[in-house]
Amino acid sequence: MIALDDTDRAILHALAADATLGAGALGRRFGLSQPAAWRRVKRLEEAGVLAGRRLVLDAQALGFGVTVFLGIKLAIKGRISFEDFERAVQAIPEVQVVQHVLGRFDYRLKVVARDIADFERVLRRRIMTLPGVGQIEANVMLSEERRPGPLG
Amino acid sequence: MQVDDVDRRILRQMLAAPDAARAELAERAGVTAASLWRRIERLREGGVIRGEEAVIDWRALGWAVEVSLRFTLEKAHPRAFDEFLEAARAVPEVIEIQTFLGLTDVRLNVIARDMAHYQEIYRARILTLPHIAEMDALMLISTLKDSEALPL
Repeated sequence: MIALDDTDRAILHALAADATLGAGALGRRFGLSQPAAWRRVKRLEEAGVLAGRRLVLDAQALGFGVTVFLGIKLAIKGRISFEDFERAVQAIPEVQVVQHVLGRFDYRLKVVARDIADFERVLRRRIMTLPGVGQIEANVMLSEERRPGPLG
Repeated sequence: MQVDDVDRRILRQMLAAPDAARAELAERAGVTAASLWRRIERLREGGVIRGEEAVIDWRALGWAVEVSLRFTLEKAHPRAFDEFLEAARAVPEVIEIQTFLGLTDVRLNVIARDMAHYQEIYRARILTLPHIAEMDALMLISTLKDSEALPL
């Protein structure tokens, strides 16, 4: 596993807030030459620690006012039903996140919709018709924040 | 802020390929590089684009366990939410916080190096959070889909 020093952690911290920072800007901020900063970023990318970029949009401003988290339990268990469900659920454009979990539910989904009426449409036409779906719990998201995590 | 079809086209391309160079994005969206810059700048200033964040793969850093903890709070206490959230923000292993309308009030995404470490965090930092009425845990097995994509 890759070992990080304080400078690596500071770079990760900075890029997690703003991925558009280049080696020049990172170098100036942390007292490194541009090539030295570039080498560090490259190393973090090659180790898989930096796993790409995420564009953060204001969903509300784009007309998607409702985000709902769903917990789904499959009614029938078995290899085939998991595969069928997973294939079908990932193809739904309104579903942003699909996670296979262990606990009270089998899957966690994050779903975006224009409003509650639109969410009802997605739920009835797309989610409740998925193969094998059993119990569903829905929670409407009010706020979300990402934390920097244990970077020291 | 007004978002037109060209803006939407640009955002779609950025969502589809967050790592793509600006020149490539311009070509895919069918606009000139100068126009792409101008529009992205405008979308940033208008708050539609909140930012571009680097995605950190915690598993690559040795944080192998991820648990979704869902809480119901003692809502009779007027400052239950504020005090709970404030305390949760102080736990470095908490990487995501969401609040909800529904059965669940708050969800925390917690990471740990292994199960023993998770147990430690759970007892020392999670069970000690204020105003917990009920909680349950979903252990992440795998993430099948994770995108900020909106069906624009």
